[in-house]
Amino acid sequence: MSKKNNKTDVPTTGHSWDGIEEFDNPMPRWWLWTFYACIVWAIGYTIAFPAWPLLRQATPGVLGYATRAEVQKDIETVELANATINETLSTVALADISADADLRAYATNKGAAVFRTWCAQCHGSGAAGVQANGYPNLLDNDWLWGGSIEDIHTSISHGIRNTQDQDTRFSEMPAFADILEPNDINAVVNYVMSLSGDAKDATQIDYGATVFLDNCSACHAEDGSGDRNQGAPNLTDAIWLYGSGYDNILAQVTQARNGVMPNWNTRLDEAEIRAVATYVHSLGGGEASK
Amino acid sequence: MANYYKLIVMGLMTLLAMIAANYGRDAAYQAQALVVMLFAATAFIVTLRNTDEPVLVAVREQTYFDDVVRYGVIATALWGIVGFLMGTFIAFQLAFPALNFAWADGLANFGRLRPLHTSAVIFAFGGNALIATSFYVVQRTSAARLWGGNLAIWVFWGYQLVILTAAIGYLFGATQSKEYAEPEWFTDWLLTIVWLAYLAVFLGTIMRRKEKHIYVANWFYLSFIVTVAMLHVFNNISIPVSLLGSKSVQVFAGVQDAMTQWWYGHNAVGFFLTAGFLGMMYYFIPKQAERPVYSYKLSIIHFWALIFIYIWAGPHHLHYTALPDWAATLGMAFSVVLWMPSWGGMINGLMTLSGAWDKLRTDPILRMLVISVGFYGMSTFEGPMMSIRAVNSLSHYTDWTIGHVHSGALGWNGMITFGALYFLVPRLWNRERLYSLNAVSWHFWLATIGIVLYAAAMWVTGIMEGLMWREVDANGFLVNSFADTVAAKFPMYVVRGLGGVLYLAGAVIMCWNLWMTVKRSPALQSATLVQPAE
Repeated sequence: MSKKNNKTDVPTTGHSWDGIEEFDNPMPRWWLWTFYACIVWAIGYTIAFPAWPLLRQATPGVLGYATRAEVQKDIETVELANATINETLSTVALADISADADLRAYATNKGAAVFRTWCAQCHGSGAAGVQANGYPNLLDNDWLWGGSIEDIHTSISHGIRNTQDQDTRFSEMPAFADILEPNDINAVVNYVMSLSGDAKDATQIDYGATVFLDNCSACHAEDGSGDRNQGAPNLTDAIWLYGSGYDNILAQVTQARNGVMPNWNTRLDEAEIRAVATYVHSLGGGEASK
Repeated sequence: MANYYKLIVMGLMTLLAMIAANYGRDAAYQAQALVVMLFAATAFIVTLRNTDEPVLVAVREQTYFDDVVRYGVIATALWGIVGFLMGTFIAFQLAFPALNFAWADGLANFGRLRPLHTSAVIFAFGGNALIATSFYVVQRTSAARLWGGNLAIWVFWGYQLVILTAAIGYLFGATQSKEYAEPEWFTDWLLTIVWLAYLAVFLGTIMRRKEKHIYVANWFYLSFIVTVAMLHVFNNISIPVSLLGSKSVQVFAGVQDAMTQWWYGHNAVGFFLTAGFLGMMYYFIPKQAERPVYSYKLSIIHFWALIFIYIWAGPHHLHYTALPDWAATLGMAFSVVLWMPSWGGMINGLMTLSGAWDKLRTDPILRMLVISVGFYGMSTFEGPMMSIRAVNSLSHYTDWTIGHVHSGALGWNGMITFGALYFLVPRLWNRERLYSLNAVSWHFWLATIGIVLYAAAMWVTGIMEGLMWREVDANGFLVNSFADTVAAKFPMYVVRGLGGVLYLAGAVIMCWNLWMTVKRSPALQSATLVQPAE
């Protein structure tokens, strides 16, 4: 074809605009036929699939295809295949899930998928959390509300400090700016730092200990080891939910932040909650059932 | 006499903008009003200085109106640098989030700069290129001076004002959250006025043409101007919350709004970045190659097919969403049919070189124009392919889309604009030739390698993340979290940024070369360059 076009004896249309002329070449045949083929294909395709809007509804297409039906079918296939094991998972005693090797493997895989979809946004895709922002690390042994499978299950189902679920886990650290004098807060922060290492100002520790005993020990326990019944963190293990160091701890004592977690029982079904509890329990810090 | 009306309008506008700046409810609106005030006041003073001065209408009407084209060429080059710089910076922000500096939060973080980048390259760089070249081309191919006295100058400055108010709005967070139509009502109204004036100048020039027929480039320019006016108005129908604030509420809601947005969005690509730039292609390629256009018949058929079919293709942006299946099917079918009409332009561009292929060896400007047509052909094949429902289920929401857009934008729109600027500057400033053809070659290779790096990186990450998102294990559970896919993309994000650096470097070389052409190249001796419009 290009041979033909290279000939200069093709006539032009006779117009000239600013010196530009136009050859009177025919349209390339391959171009034209491909164009026709696309049109024919499009007509066929719009007959096969839902396409042309009419008065009441669009043509449904002779293949009976619908994207919503297709995804529904996909979901049903998977749900049907997993129905039996999901039934088992949601009914056995929580402590027995790990006893059955098949069930444990299934629950861990399923839980990992649930975690990546729903939990990773705060706790990180590797479950390491973001300590400085109050998203707990789920890989270690340090649990706020308990690390047995039952405790984890309750935390996930009902959430923490949300307003949606009557049974949510709840506790609230007060803002001590309204309660204590600045020098008291300074002292108690130094005392708390001394529990897991060095205080910023060692001279404050003794006085801080008395402030702690009067104001903090009810929740964090006299030795600062915390209380899981109230979600009061252990202050002796050098793991800090809202950041380490004097400034971060001072900020938390002064104007406490109290983290919130949704109750997943309205968004996930029981099998999914148990699966993700099993997954989190398996990450390394899981504790035995009481 | 007309100057007195202008003075009244500009005076009122200055006053109103002053009041608006004073009583504005948000920072974006106040800053925009200040800019409008400055523009209107400057226009007032300039008009005042020219009022009742003698104008040599007879002489003026004998020549082409090229001042506005010169302005446009300068604006195109400058906005190009701004847009490419923004793009390169936000590419690195994605690779290294620390570049979202805390001190510049709410002003220079990715979310604010991203629309600044897209609007700067599409509307500021591309838009100025289209306006400038259309004014140049329509005068030459109609053998007539621009219609409307110096209305074209008003169009130029009005358009710069729209760009500035839009940019200020983005930085201060005034946005209606519609991709490529982010500016709020205030800027939208301004653009509508400017655009109608642009249409009047262009159409008026065509109507006073001295050639019997309208040249094909002008069909494309005209379809671009008319359709963009329609798209812009319909997609921006919104009700301002207050005349003294930037916030407005869209009239359409839900999936209707989404459909309107992507009808607009797709045709912004179709008519702004395709039809308008085909207008450029149809003038600058035959001029630079000094060959006749390959086929008149093909140009007619592919023009009408292109503009008829493009307008229906929008729904392919909304596959697998709340949009009903029938609309998605139609959008996809039209997109596939669009393949050949798009390629008609490529064929006509490339085949125009038949008999002149040897010029590619010696003429880097022609090389630039030709590779732009090559990229055009590639992305207009990729587009219909990506609109196919099954392909789209993999590609949608991934970086593949970004790669597709950029191979078109950097390759087609960018390269043909560079070619046009290289063509125009010596002619507009009466120079014998460009300062350095060697520098054009450097620009060509830097830009081409930059595009290849960019597009290849985005294909890899796009397909990778699409596959990672849909990966499920034997029980049907997802294997990857979203953050896993983000982490996996990091190396390719760096490559993409480097591609941007190369492309930007090429554009800087171009600006230097054009500057030196104006400053140093020998002037053309004969004064016949600005031909009388006979």
